[in-house]
Amino acid sequence: MTELRDLYQQLILDHNQHPRNFGVLEGADLTARGNNPLCGDQLDLYVALEDDSIKDIRFEGSGCAIFKSSTSIMTTVVKGKTRGEALEIFERFHRLATTGEVDSAEMGKLAALASVYKYPARVKCALLAWRTLETALQEQGEIVSTE
Amino acid sequence: MTQTAVDSTESLLDVERLRADFPALAQTVNGRPLVYLDNAATTQKPISVIEAVSRFYREDNANVHRAIYQLGERATRAYEGARGKVADLIGAPERSIVFTSGTTEAINLVAYAWGRHNLGPGDEIVITAMEHHSNLVPWQLAARDTGATLRHIPLTDDNLLDLEAARTVIGERTKMVALVHKSNVFGVVNPVAEITALAREVGALVLLDAAQSAPHLRLDVQELDCDFLAFSGHKMMGPTGVGVLYGKPQLLEAMEPFLGGGEMISSVNLTESTWNEIPWKFEAGTPKIAQAVGLGAAIDYLEEVGIDRVTAYLGQLSDHARQVLSAVPGVTLFTPAGGSSVFLFNLEGIHPHDLAQLLDQEGIAVRAGHHCAQPAMAHLGVAATARASFYIYNTFEEIDRLAEGLEQARRFMSG
Repeated sequence: MTELRDLYQQLILDHNQHPRNFGVLEGADLTARGNNPLCGDQLDLYVALEDDSIKDIRFEGSGCAIFKSSTSIMTTVVKGKTRGEALEIFERFHRLATTGEVDSAEMGKLAALASVYKYPARVKCALLAWRTLETALQEQGEIVSTE
Repeated sequence: MTQTAVDSTESLLDVERLRADFPALAQTVNGRPLVYLDNAATTQKPISVIEAVSRFYREDNANVHRAIYQLGERATRAYEGARGKVADLIGAPERSIVFTSGTTEAINLVAYAWGRHNLGPGDEIVITAMEHHSNLVPWQLAARDTGATLRHIPLTDDNLLDLEAARTVIGERTKMVALVHKSNVFGVVNPVAEITALAREVGALVLLDAAQSAPHLRLDVQELDCDFLAFSGHKMMGPTGVGVLYGKPQLLEAMEPFLGGGEMISSVNLTESTWNEIPWKFEAGTPKIAQAVGLGAAIDYLEEVGIDRVTAYLGQLSDHARQVLSAVPGVTLFTPAGGSSVFLFNLEGIHPHDLAQLLDQEGIAVRAGHHCAQPAMAHLGVAATARASFYIYNTFEEIDRLAEGLEQARRFMSG
């Protein structure tokens, strides 16, 4: 099993066991729901804005370790960013998670998910949070499904 | 059901010799010998089945029933011969055996060809809360289209059918009781005799989803006294793409066709047609010829091993699995006492999808998810579970490797 440590890095396990920004955000300006119907991953994302910046972000949900840690790490990364900056990070993360062709040194904590592209069945687990964030920032209210 | 005549203390199967018949088992995955424990989803194929399909295409391939040449006659003989083997397997007349693409199509056939013409507002269809989606969604559609009401027999806290509740759910309005014979999530064989008796009291028909029981148990449709029985070839070592619907002949005769096209007609003019005799009335288009031939070879293999031995051996494997899996710290086993071959479980703190990924690294193939039985998952109050399911070529050692894999996964995920 040790070969799988590239997928399940220590940071992933840590965020899985102790997800950051977990829980409902009262008075959120934006909310969106995401799910992976085939796995049963479920996510409710709450975003509070100040001007154009993400002032606070929280989530509730259940699913696998890749999903949960990816969501948790995302909340820590985008907090304080503008909408445009957050979507720009998503674009790079999407490339990292689907192709691995991004200099992970520039990705900070998100680099912990740099091996996901080698496990095609798990890519959607890593992307659900980001797709849901994109929906929340762009057009509120729609349910996101990655299937 | 026939009681097994096999003494449980003797060595039931020469599993090592038997494994040599299954080419797919002799491989490594991630550098470890494959441990294939997803047999409730599909089974591996013995060389005799692979060869039968291959030989059909190499030597006998032609369309069936209408060809006036040798090849066509051989193909027809092979196809109808397979029907005979299915009929013998379940104690049914050949004309009551319809080849379908699988269990799902067989149930849909009944839900359309019988349901759309015999159900209406005020009528009730009864299913159970442990159905595979294949015996649930077709009835939801039939209820929607006919105005009939879909009701279900709930489960007890032990994940068994609630027979008390069944007595009130099945009533004067019930026209069809459709239930799973052996559950693909809990591994239990449902008390179909009791349920059938309740259905008979109110004049309702009974359909059994035998997708999991046909590979494991000796089935006799006369003894079961069901009106319809559906199962798949690929879950009993046969090819994908072929399954069986058994129907009582007088019911099949009275039913309208399902799909229209060639083969299922008697005569056709530009405005109307008359139907072929059963079972061909329900086999529109070129049938699953090579697949049926493969299923025939799978039945031969199963009979040679001996279905009673299969039942008994799976019982032994299951006893062992219950023992070793229960001993793994953090395991919650959802398979009730009496459940066999299918072990549904969760490991505390590890999502089933992570678990399946970790086990795959050790070459162990288990399923994770809702197993096409979301109402059953809702009953358990979980979104997903892991499932290990066994067949005749699995060994006690493989179950031990699963248990070791679970221990390893626990250590791995705690960092």
